[in-house]
Amino acid sequence: MCIRSRSRTTVCESPTEEDDIMSSSQDDFVLRLYVAGQTPKCLRAFTNLKRICEEYLTNRYRIEMIDLLLDPGLARGDQILAVPTLVRRMPEPVKKIIGDLSNTQRVLAGLEVSAGAA
Amino acid sequence: MQHSPFTPARQGFRKAATGIQGLDEITNGGLPQGRATLVCGGAGSGKTLLAASFLVNGARLYGEPGVFMTFEENGDEIASDVASLGFDLPALVDEGKLFIDYVRVERSEIEETGEYDLEGLFVRLDHAIRSTGAKRIVLDTIESLFSGLNNANILRAELRRLFRWLKDKGMTAVITAERGEGTLTRQGLEEYVSDAVILLDQRVTEQVSTRRLRVVKYRGSHHGTNEYPFLINRDGLSVLPVTSLGLEHDASDERISSGVRELDQMLGGDGYFRGSTVLLSGTAGTGKTSLAAHFAEAACRRGERVLYFLFEESPNQLVRNMRSIGIDLKPWVDTGLLKFSAQRPSRAGLETHLASIYQAVRDFRPSVTIVDAVTNLLTVGTQHDVRAMLMRVIDFLKVSGVTGLFSSLTAADSSYEETQTGISSLMDTWIAMTIDEIERERRRSIRILKSRGMAHSNHVHSFALTDHGLRITDGGG
Repeated sequence: MCIRSRSRTTVCESPTEEDDIMSSSQDDFVLRLYVAGQTPKCLRAFTNLKRICEEYLTNRYRIEMIDLLLDPGLARGDQILAVPTLVRRMPEPVKKIIGDLSNTQRVLAGLEVSAGAA
Repeated sequence: MQHSPFTPARQGFRKAATGIQGLDEITNGGLPQGRATLVCGGAGSGKTLLAASFLVNGARLYGEPGVFMTFEENGDEIASDVASLGFDLPALVDEGKLFIDYVRVERSEIEETGEYDLEGLFVRLDHAIRSTGAKRIVLDTIESLFSGLNNANILRAELRRLFRWLKDKGMTAVITAERGEGTLTRQGLEEYVSDAVILLDQRVTEQVSTRRLRVVKYRGSHHGTNEYPFLINRDGLSVLPVTSLGLEHDASDERISSGVRELDQMLGGDGYFRGSTVLLSGTAGTGKTSLAAHFAEAACRRGERVLYFLFEESPNQLVRNMRSIGIDLKPWVDTGLLKFSAQRPSRAGLETHLASIYQAVRDFRPSVTIVDAVTNLLTVGTQHDVRAMLMRVIDFLKVSGVTGLFSSLTAADSSYEETQTGISSLMDTWIAMTIDEIERERRRSIRILKSRGMAHSNHVHSFALTDHGLRITDGGG
């Protein structure tokens, strides 16, 4: 799942084959999940997000997780206020979903993914 | 050993000076240190400027760095807003004395799903505070969050947590908020921030706007409760305390000549008291300006500086007219002892006039100030407001030890004892000038209606405007 770590950012991607990396079909969805420590809310958000991505965005997503307690300076760039916040960086425009992502339908609506896409 | 029962030291908490002229006076030293102050007011009432002054002065004057968290305008917009007050925010940011963080919340970009908190905001604040070593913080205007986020319950709980957190951090905070209908703030922030509340107000009457400030609440501290006019100009914000000047100024026994020997005699022999206030009232053309010019010239002859506010005519015109009756003011203008400040009354509101009088007196440091005529100010304010303004001018002049002479036009059909502005009670000496038509001749007369602290003539004296100035023809005394 979480296959590499760049600085303090945990990066999780859908399993891909090496030679497919340049392919434009990869990483349609670049998602960033901002958390602040390992709080139940944040862990819940991550679990929910993984589940939704696996189900609806198979092979089309990439998740970066940023812990603001470790990188407080990063909160400004994406205008993070609420925690947890999921930021859809790609495709544009940027979208934000705040909360523990417990309502799948609303997460999909926020990501602009139709429920039948899988 | 004189101790006011309200000195901050005895109350066990300290104050953070705002450096805003007058505000620290009203609050006996500033805002409650380590606590939050709510500053509320309508749009354009000056909340952001007050907050910015608090931070800039903190960083510049009191060695306390600050954090400016803005929810409505970005850093560049804030910087350009306050540049007009002479504040250079980018320089402070470069010096590491100020941290500006713009928090943008756009409802249309945010989907809410499930539980969240505002830890991101805390992280940002904590980061900003650490990176500058901040002691002061401004949240302008945190209420905007209510329009950006749906869950008001979470918001309220988090704001409560935030204000407690700021207090734990020992931050002196200014929280700005929009005035609500019938409440201090739209979102009832006064429930959370209750150590001190300052209300700003901007009223427009007869197209002239006036700003006012009131300290609604200040827990555990004595504070002035009046509404105080406040000004925003190139020198920043200043609040003009009315009553705080009080009546504690020194009263001088020194006399100075009115410039007319016979009038000095009418005034018990030696003229006005230095530092007193003199009202010259009369109908049009009675010679008020001539008498004022005599006074100005006499002061200049003594080597004193005179500041002359003119609302009716230009300095050149006045100098020319006075030369025709033998009073030559030009040399004194040339040497710099006499300075005119001419302005159309309608060009600005009363508060602005008041501010420019304050500023000019502070800059020029005159020993005599003449205002000719105060009645011109009635075109920009009500009688009540003009009187209140003059009271402040008089207090200010008295505290500064400046002798003030005010001319006042009496309407042709009213009694000479009537001054339109009702200001005579504020004055130490009141001289009334009249013209009567007797046997097809206009006869001028002058009388002293009152002069505090001196034996003075009770007679009505005749006078004439001659080539050698104003001459009282039937002697003084």
